[in-house]
Amino acid sequence: MSTVQSAQKTRRPRRAALLGRHPVGILLAAPYAVFLAAIFAYPLGLAVWISFHDYFFAAPTATVDRPFVGFENYTAVLSDPEVRQSFLNVSKFLIINVPLTVALSLVLATALNSAIRGRTFLRISYYVPYVTASVALVGVWLFLFSSGGLVNEVLGPLAPDPSWLVNSGLAMPVIAVFVTWKQLGFFILLYLAALQAVPKELYESASMDGASAVRSFWHVTVPGVRQATTVVVILAIITGANLFTEPYLLTNGGGPNGASTSPVLLMYQKGIEQGSPDTASAIGVILVIGVLLISLVNRKLLERD
Amino acid sequence: MAQASRQRGGTVMRHLVLYLGAALFLFPFYYMLVGSLKKDPETSLRGLLPTGLTLDNYSQINGRVDLLQSLINSGIFTGGVILGTLVLGVLAGYALARLHFRGQGTLFAVMLLVQIIPFQLLIIPIYVMIVRTYGLADSYLGMIVPFAINSTAVFIFRQFFLQLPEDLFSAARLDGAGELRILWSIALPLVRPALLTAVLLTFIGPWNEFLWPFLVTKESDMQPLAVSLANYISNIAGRASNPYGAILAGAVVLAAPAVALFVAFQRHFTSSDLGSGVKG
Repeated sequence: MSTVQSAQKTRRPRRAALLGRHPVGILLAAPYAVFLAAIFAYPLGLAVWISFHDYFFAAPTATVDRPFVGFENYTAVLSDPEVRQSFLNVSKFLIINVPLTVALSLVLATALNSAIRGRTFLRISYYVPYVTASVALVGVWLFLFSSGGLVNEVLGPLAPDPSWLVNSGLAMPVIAVFVTWKQLGFFILLYLAALQAVPKELYESASMDGASAVRSFWHVTVPGVRQATTVVVILAIITGANLFTEPYLLTNGGGPNGASTSPVLLMYQKGIEQGSPDTASAIGVILVIGVLLISLVNRKLLERD
Repeated sequence: MAQASRQRGGTVMRHLVLYLGAALFLFPFYYMLVGSLKKDPETSLRGLLPTGLTLDNYSQINGRVDLLQSLINSGIFTGGVILGTLVLGVLAGYALARLHFRGQGTLFAVMLLVQIIPFQLLIIPIYVMIVRTYGLADSYLGMIVPFAINSTAVFIFRQFFLQLPEDLFSAARLDGAGELRILWSIALPLVRPALLTAVLLTFIGPWNEFLWPFLVTKESDMQPLAVSLANYISNIAGRASNPYGAILAGAVVLAAPAVALFVAFQRHFTSSDLGSGVKG
């Protein structure tokens, strides 16, 4: 601590003890703190509260009775085959999306990190799906993967029947690949940042020992960016848990027969379309607990030495 | 010799993989543009060639969706979010980085926590609050409020300000400058390039956002383009005989501003700017 600051501290000891050394900081941070309370903490509490009550929409001025129902909403949700299906779908999504995301973004980031011709062009190509709206990209994918679309045209007799987006076995994998493609640029960016922190000497000594590029990738790069991998995996899982736009638009509301519904899509359908915010909130709470648990396990696994 | 040729082989491989990947990544964009300019987008390989181009689809989508009004709505939504994120986020980030006040540690911890709770969990209670309790459905305020401050942005701003040398601040304080003045005339000019990155990153969030504005807006003249295009896709796609031309034209209009901004400012979209925020 500098002498100036300690001098100030002795001059105003009581105020400093109460409000801190720079009380004006409270003023500057206040809008953010209020926002967090109003748009994060309160709704979080409200979500949990709603999930334990028989909650329905009513006019704001009306006084209505919303009795406490314990875990009733949770048991209703967990025994609903539609909800189980949606969680199963997300698991399918994650099993395809997460490994694909980690592998492709790390390999591409490593390749982009070396001396390469046209790096600006390449970076733009890989980032551009990430900066583009899902709704716009879904428009093209609908066209590409429609039953008479270009993909089937090229595949000819190999085209799946029923076609991609109306095939219950393929709808979710197509969504998983779409999201991987769309988000990959962001993860490449994260890995590029992490690669700057891997010491150059490690690569030099690996190549002195005669290690091939593949070997030094496995033994230097992969362990060197392990922390970033934890972040990438957690962010990819959160993205997967948030899945809504793609099943809503690409597979026409989670079709065929619920083969691509996601929990958030069900939250929308049940909570807002069908007016049962209580069961929808229960789905949300279960989803978040799931995400937190998977993130914790993943952290333990990846950060273990 | 053997090693040198192996290295050259590796470099060729690397280029091949990267350029093939890039072609695969860009292809849907090319297809979007070409398809939007054809009277009846063909699905055969011939449809890939840019022949027989017309702006027909653009006037067709404009007939179904008021493109100008939707773009204005997207602009107001995005502008409001950027303004809130910048002003309130910079204030909070500065306070967290350079000042010491009561509750600072708690605020920092909450800020980190918020980033792992998906917003989607909160859609039901926030919908209840904003639409039912405060009656902000079909209003710009209702669209903007949940996104008005972004915790990730606060975190990144804090990182920017942390990187500045402390001497700068103690000297200014010795001269009797107030904190707002220090922030405005000393700290902000120094982090200006980073602020531009933050604006670009903030832009793509609300511009591309679908779920929340979709929930708040039921009147079509309040809907941002992402919402009105999505409604067009989900309502018309089943009925029209060949709806893709109009869909692709709408997609181009929605994608163009974000892509153009990104390409124009892509050198600010770098790993070092972002990385400082992520590495913590």
